[in-house]
Amino acid sequence: MSSEPALLEIEGLQASVDGKQILNGLSLSVRRGEVHAIMGPNGSGKSTLASVLAGRPGYEVTAGSVRYEGRDLLALAPEERARAGLFLGFQYPVEIPGVNNVYLLKAALNAARKARGLPEVDAFEFLTLVREKMKLMRMEDSFLSRGVNEGFSGGEKKRNEILQMLVLEPTLAILDETDSGLDIDALKVVAGGVNSLRSKERSLVLVTHYQRLLEYIEPDRVHVLVRGRIVRSGDKSLALELERRGYDWVAGEAA
Amino acid sequence: MSESAKQTNSELQALLGRGYQHGFVTEIDSDTVPPGLDEDVVRLISRKKGEPQFLTDWRLKALRHWFSMAEPHWAHLKVAPIDYQAISYYSAPKTKKDGPKSLADVDPKLLETYDKLGVPLHERARLAGVAVDAVFDSVSVATTFKERLAAAGVVFCPFSEAVRTHPQLIEQYLGSVVPYTDNYFATLNSAVFSDGSFVYVPKGVRCPMELSTYFRINALNTGQFERTLIIADVGSHVSYLEGCSAPARDENQLHAAVVELIALDNAYIKYSTVQNWFPGDAEGKGGIYNFVTKRGECRGRAAHISWTQVETGSAITWKYPSCVLRGEGSIGEFYSVATVNNYQQADTGTKMIHIGADTRSTIVSKGISAGHGQNTYRGLVKMLPSAHGARNFTQCDSLLMGGKCGAHTFPYVEVKNPSATVEHEASTSKISEEQLFYLLARGIAQEDAVNMIVSGFCKSVFKELPMEFAVEAQNLLAVSLEGAVG
Repeated sequence: MSSEPALLEIEGLQASVDGKQILNGLSLSVRRGEVHAIMGPNGSGKSTLASVLAGRPGYEVTAGSVRYEGRDLLALAPEERARAGLFLGFQYPVEIPGVNNVYLLKAALNAARKARGLPEVDAFEFLTLVREKMKLMRMEDSFLSRGVNEGFSGGEKKRNEILQMLVLEPTLAILDETDSGLDIDALKVVAGGVNSLRSKERSLVLVTHYQRLLEYIEPDRVHVLVRGRIVRSGDKSLALELERRGYDWVAGEAA
Repeated sequence: MSESAKQTNSELQALLGRGYQHGFVTEIDSDTVPPGLDEDVVRLISRKKGEPQFLTDWRLKALRHWFSMAEPHWAHLKVAPIDYQAISYYSAPKTKKDGPKSLADVDPKLLETYDKLGVPLHERARLAGVAVDAVFDSVSVATTFKERLAAAGVVFCPFSEAVRTHPQLIEQYLGSVVPYTDNYFATLNSAVFSDGSFVYVPKGVRCPMELSTYFRINALNTGQFERTLIIADVGSHVSYLEGCSAPARDENQLHAAVVELIALDNAYIKYSTVQNWFPGDAEGKGGIYNFVTKRGECRGRAAHISWTQVETGSAITWKYPSCVLRGEGSIGEFYSVATVNNYQQADTGTKMIHIGADTRSTIVSKGISAGHGQNTYRGLVKMLPSAHGARNFTQCDSLLMGGKCGAHTFPYVEVKNPSATVEHEASTSKISEEQLFYLLARGIAQEDAVNMIVSGFCKSVFKELPMEFAVEAQNLLAVSLEGAVG
């Protein structure tokens, strides 16, 4: 293990929604280049963790700390987190009628570039980049002129999330149940997109209920979340064991 | 709402605060008639304009009729009492003679005012080839591009000039769509209107450029009563845009305009409005009362009239740009974005009167309510017994920002012909926290995120605007909705 500090360092995180505590002292350390999978039964706090990290309104952090690239992540507004290279792939991407997909992609990319002191992206280069990534995600050209998630099928929405991620090239991507609702072909496309982004500089946190996704995106670490805290961590074999023995196995241990 | 959501809102509100940007007053000598209204005032206005007798008589008939009428109160509006005798019915910037003959004669201060408003009168600072007629208080101060239009045979001039140069057209068409008995404010306008624009596009002519009028109320305690008349002769084509602004004053000012459009066989008139009258301050003090009657008549076969309006200003807006579809196969359209913020009120919509067979109409209304604003869509679709096979499609969407505003929809439908079809779709939604967060999570600033969502909501209307004004409208919308997310 190198002595370089972790990209994401969560310590004793407690968070509540509408006064109900969901995260109960969660700690997690993600180094650059690593892929972590967060698994757990329904209601264990997986999506809450993703939401807290991205800064979704309505989630109150009551204790603990989150450091991202050495900075206090929780002190940043959601848009500042995004510009600092944090990406949330939504479980339920929302439709924004009338707002063009390309327009949003470009605005998002330029917001990140501006934060890094870079000039706005050239229109031609941008379209070339988007087209290349769309091809990877097997998306039709007509997508360019459609509204954000407007009339998209569940699978299209998920692919769109990954497309946005590919264009924005985040430092840390948190994918919240990106595999849910995907058939096997779509899952392979999504996994292909995610894998194309893996690098030594970039980290991924996959929030998932099932082991299936991990057959296509191989994690370095697997964590099991029960009642708002990580009760067991291991390598990818842990996911297989979970699949075999069910969540009751770890839930029982945690009780 | 959760604590952090509240925080998001207050942060957003703190971000904003540009306010109304056209609220300056121009210090200029003006020739203003003392407040009050009687036959002498009407005669005086008519005399100042050098009008023919038929017009003076018409005004007087209107005035006498107006005295017999009562102010209407059916709209979903709260209007402070208006003292019609306290209003000055004529105000003109003082010039050497009756009016400027060319741009060189226009008071430089006036030109400066229009520059500030972003309406360059100088032809070299041309606004993408748009010919502009600018109305300052009661008179028209300059019309650009006259020569190029004249070469095409298009008449585009101040109304008062048309009265002198084309009296026969005025006599034939004035009041033929909006009669002087039409309604309280139109009747008042008929009696006291002082200027406005006149357009005549001859047979088969496609007007070579966008025509535009810019209205500005400057003088204190004056009302603005302009009158616009557009006649598109057989097979002609014209696109016209009006913009409006006024200084920020504590008193309410009255604006009661009338616009009449006449489209003959196969003629096309596109009329776009970007209305940005002073809306009053954040507490609802001051602002323009915008009580306007706009109506077009598709008098010929396959005539086509299209209204597009972006209403962001005024304390109160009361207007229903309408189409009388008389000619067989004629088409009427109404595309509207109306926003209210703070204490603004809007009661706006359209009337589509189907008389001819196979006439078609489309209504797309987008209402945005914020602050304590009250926004009402009121629309009438009427299919007369003669309207065989006529069709209407109406879509009414409301967007609410915050919990103190209101959106109301009153669609009236009267169908007297069984072969006519009327479709109506309506929706009301709140700007959702989900949408906002989605955009924030992509690094978009809050203010930009709100504007993006609102613009998306209005897209089907904005795309109807002439290109060069679509951007302006979008910016205006952003300014008018500042501090308005909930």
